[in-house]
Amino acid sequence: MTKISDSPVKFAVPRLTYKVWRVWRRNFDVFMKTIRVNFLPSLLEPILYLVALGVGLGGFIQSVEGMPYIDFIAPSLVAISIMYGSFFECTYASFVRMYFQKTFDAIIATPVSVEEVIAGELLWGATRATINSTTVLLVIAAFGVVSSPLFLLVPLIAFLGGLMFASIAMCFTAIAPNIDFFNYPAFLLVTPMFLLSGTFFPLSQLPPLVQTAAQVLLPLTHVVNITRGLVLGRTEAFLLLSLVWIVVVTIVFFVLSINLMKKRLIK
Amino acid sequence: MFSSESLISAHDLTKKFGSFTAVDHIDFEVYKGECVGFLGPNGAGKTTTVRMIYCFLPLTEGELSVAGMSVATQAREIKNMVGVAPQEDNLDFDFSVIKNLQVYARYFDISKAEAEKRAKEQLTFFQLEEKKNVLISELSTGMKRRLILARALINEPQILLLDEPTTGLDPQARHLVWEEVRSLRKRGVTIILTTHYMDEAAALCDRILLMDNGKVIEQGRPSELIKKHIGADVLEVDNDEKLLQTLKAEFPDAQFETFGDRIHVFTTQPHGVFERFLEKNPFTNVTIRNANLEDVFLKLTGRGLKA
Ligand SMILES: Nc1ncnc2c1ncn2[C@@H]1O[C@H](COP(=O)(O)OP(=O)(O)OP(=O)(O)O)[C@@H](O)[C@H]1O
Ligand SMILES: [Mg+2]
Repeated sequence: MTKISDSPVKFAVPRLTYKVWRVWRRNFDVFMKTIRVNFLPSLLEPILYLVALGVGLGGFIQSVEGMPYIDFIAPSLVAISIMYGSFFECTYASFVRMYFQKTFDAIIATPVSVEEVIAGELLWGATRATINSTTVLLVIAAFGVVSSPLFLLVPLIAFLGGLMFASIAMCFTAIAPNIDFFNYPAFLLVTPMFLLSGTFFPLSQLPPLVQTAAQVLLPLTHVVNITRGLVLGRTEAFLLLSLVWIVVVTIVFFVLSINLMKKRLIK
Repeated sequence: MFSSESLISAHDLTKKFGSFTAVDHIDFEVYKGECVGFLGPNGAGKTTTVRMIYCFLPLTEGELSVAGMSVATQAREIKNMVGVAPQEDNLDFDFSVIKNLQVYARYFDISKAEAEKRAKEQLTFFQLEEKKNVLISELSTGMKRRLILARALINEPQILLLDEPTTGLDPQARHLVWEEVRSLRKRGVTIILTTHYMDEAAALCDRILLMDNGKVIEQGRPSELIKKHIGADVLEVDNDEKLLQTLKAEFPDAQFETFGDRIHVFTTQPHGVFERFLEKNPFTNVTIRNANLEDVFLKLTGRGLKA
């Protein structure tokens, strides 16, 4: 007789196959169907920011770190869209699929595992980040802000950074008792990152303690660093550190989020 | 009709949710090609058992194998050969009717062309082609149930798990489902079905497993169960203490059960005993009928007061 321990799930590195892409493809198909309502508004937002902050507010600002203000904030808009694209996909949207639509339950009855369902969701979150941020990238390019061919690498960073934010988001989804719960990470994590990650002003403006905290703890800081470096062609050694930071955090939260979701879904 | 080869085999199968035991050390076999009905009151553990068979819920204790494979280690292989129509609607609300089938087929690695072909066949059979391009939210309850069945068949399963497949269906649609179940069984598909409709269980199932409180309390062929527990005929009359005494005196060997305001008298004696009695004692509001599975169900799951 096999005796299985009390908790039905044990912490493990997820075992994944190509079936992950079947789940990804499902979300992609939905996206393509709704592309007009999903995509066009995302085009308008960066234009508004560039006009209001870059042109409007930027008129009062001489220069930041030796560059025009619009140059300083434009790459931040790309980084922010990476965060928003994946974070909201893997909180609100994943929660709706899991909780209200029972989409995960339906897929798990087919030869696709729980791990693969969640991994597919995470890769889709990363894809959303890539799509959204590439749009923003094209917009800022149209504004003439892009000054280095390295900007072509931004989609790669978008996918990696997107996977990181998706994985962090999925941890919240795994513990969310209801959909309103996401107000906590949205206001306590995403909004502070939006404002305090060297996005609209240099971190050096902040008190040293806050500055260090923003560098050590806020994922967006690192995504902003790299995006700015690539768009403006300012590659420095510390960007490599940011890249390593992102890779490590992505791996940790990718594995963690799949395990937390397994715990939630397997009774 | 079906072979003696066991396809699904459960030993000491147990499922606990925290400290609550939903399935309590049960044993059962399902043989290749048969249609087995899991019956039982709400909360008996039918859905939980079915969910363990398609590897949705891990076991707490015991063993469960499907086609010789353990649900614990070979979930993917098992799920490839199983079709599931869950009790709960989980159709994909983001897609149209046909796209639901196509996307589902993709999880099984069925090619696009093949999925298209099978989807069309299923929609035709379940009379849903008119609704092909409609969103799920625009379907009626019965149409959703039919689509769930169509979806369960998309991978041409060897084992079909139908959890209350006809709940919410109109009589036409119910007979459509019965027809499909019979034709699949003829083609050798092994079917497990749960239902609260005793006529459905009697009409479709080779064998019944009756569950209550997480245990299998009885199993057998429908006709055998009726004969064993009820007998041949049932007399139903309005509940009345004096009348009950009269009946007990007249039929000392019969069994009596009271269900609300009716008395049921079960007899194993040949047909005609009740008729002869009634000729002498004309009551109002009397029914004589054949014993059926519902009598067995009510008796064994103990909802009536034992008289
Ligand atoms: N995920 C769960 N967590 C906790 N308890 C559960 C869970 N799923 C089922 N149960 C409990 O297990 C018992 C058996 O439930 P199950 O769904 O298997 O019953 P059923 O026989 O299918 O009933 P019905 O005829 O109402 O569908 C019930 O008491 C139910 O509350
Ligand atoms: Mg049930």
